[in-house]
Amino acid sequence: MKKLINSVDTVVTDALTGMAAAHPGALRVDTDQHIVYRAQAKEQGKVAIVSGGGSGHEPLHGGFVGSGMLDAACAGEIFTSPVPDQIVAATAAVDRGAGVLHLVKNYTGDVMNFEMAAEIVAADGIEVASVVTNDDVAVEDSLYTAGRRGVGVTVLAEKIAGAAAEEGQSLAQVAEIATRVNANGRSMGMALTSCTVPANGKPSFDLPDDEMEIGIGIHGEPGRHREKIAPASEIAGRLTEPILAELPAGDGRGVIAFLNGMGASPLLELYLMYGEVAKILGAAGITVERSLVGNYITSLDMAGCSLTLLRADDELLRLWDAPVNTPGLRWGV
Amino acid sequence: MASTIDLKGLVTWLELADAVIAEHADELTQLDAAIGDADHGTNMRRGMAAAVEAVAAGQFTTADAMLKKVGMTLVSTVGGASGPLYGTFFLRMGGALAGKDEIDAAALAAAVEAGIGGLVQRGKAAAGEKTMLDAWYPALEALTAHPGDVAEATRAAADAAAAGRDATEPMIATKGRASYLGERSTGHIDPGAASTALLLDALARAAAGETA
Repeated sequence: MKKLINSVDTVVTDALTGMAAAHPGALRVDTDQHIVYRAQAKEQGKVAIVSGGGSGHEPLHGGFVGSGMLDAACAGEIFTSPVPDQIVAATAAVDRGAGVLHLVKNYTGDVMNFEMAAEIVAADGIEVASVVTNDDVAVEDSLYTAGRRGVGVTVLAEKIAGAAAEEGQSLAQVAEIATRVNANGRSMGMALTSCTVPANGKPSFDLPDDEMEIGIGIHGEPGRHREKIAPASEIAGRLTEPILAELPAGDGRGVIAFLNGMGASPLLELYLMYGEVAKILGAAGITVERSLVGNYITSLDMAGCSLTLLRADDELLRLWDAPVNTPGLRWGV
Repeated sequence: MASTIDLKGLVTWLELADAVIAEHADELTQLDAAIGDADHGTNMRRGMAAAVEAVAAGQFTTADAMLKKVGMTLVSTVGGASGPLYGTFFLRMGGALAGKDEIDAAALAAAVEAGIGGLVQRGKAAAGEKTMLDAWYPALEALTAHPGDVAEATRAAADAAAAGRDATEPMIATKGRASYLGERSTGHIDPGAASTALLLDALARAAAGETA
């Protein structure tokens, strides 16, 4: 294992320390509790949004803290959900009297820890709503699994719900918008290589040079199956087809298309893949209203990508276009 | 042989558990790497060390106060699914031993049953889904079958948990992160069942009078 680290035990703390140093005017980072806050809290009376999850998916979630998106993000250990103490502290700190939305990716640990935290803060009189994202179509049989995983749609939900909260919508409205994003978004991922968890020191799974893993999650867990490596045009089809099979028709509305890198694939390849996806969507008669290409929800040093498509109505598009100013996503400011 | 285990014995249990989890941390992580996300050993080692430290720092006169501290510490330090699960187990186990400092086999079985109730509620899981419950349920059955002697009962429970752990190998996971693998989850032991078997082995050794 070769990594830019001091010690496997201090990776998360050291990274958060660096994040604080890099964005002193924008972020306030609690390096003891591993919580990223906005440097300047939003106005009283607005809904706040707290997200969080295991580290190793950067810029998700800490990189999306800022005006127009999250109010706080709780960082767990690598690929390990944050603990209730962190979530309770973050929720209490960002509440501006209008309630707090917890945006949670659907993993057993994340759901349990956010649930425990929500029970605790509710007892303290803070109004909390929770929306769990579960957009990964690679999980085929939700009845016999922990349910579809929360992946790419989480980024879109944080952006869109964040905009709704910023313009002063109520907790119920912000939660409804996040729910709508999740209901209308679907994702599928693939890997060319495994990732290496620092504490583990070696790749989480072995993948021969001429094979790829289809239907991966974002934690180095193996996917649904592996097959021989194929040209990008074919891989684009492997990702797009299962999404289109499950994407709500949405009265023929267009989509937000999000081609995400897993951490170790160059932007050159991600744009190349996006081009192939765009061709397929064009041939299927699906209008791409907005697009996003880059590394936004990663899996440490995994090579590969995921595709997320979101059927977007006018309100979702308006909120998508609203100004956002975070280390990981910035426009309109 | 001992007909009861006292508060000091329970503390010894946690110390032995801390040691045996640390010793097997890499193995737990490797089991998790096969069907999960390669962090179970690391997380459990961190959590058990913190729990033992918290117990050493506190002054406890009853089993419930001590075990609740352990539960809260695990919830706060382990993370993932194991933190809320093991944390809830110890919180509920402690709740069933309110005011006690000397525990007989029947009370221990009732406390473990309460802990398992917490696992089921928090994890929404059942037997046969390739989870830690597949080690806990056989252990509870063995405890209940040996109501007379704590050392005998906990040894039977540890053996039953080990057998339960091994029985998870051919199972298809339908809960937790391993469930995403579907049929590819067979052929691997569940890491949660493996850590449960280690905890129960430590309990049996503490009940037999071993010291940390």
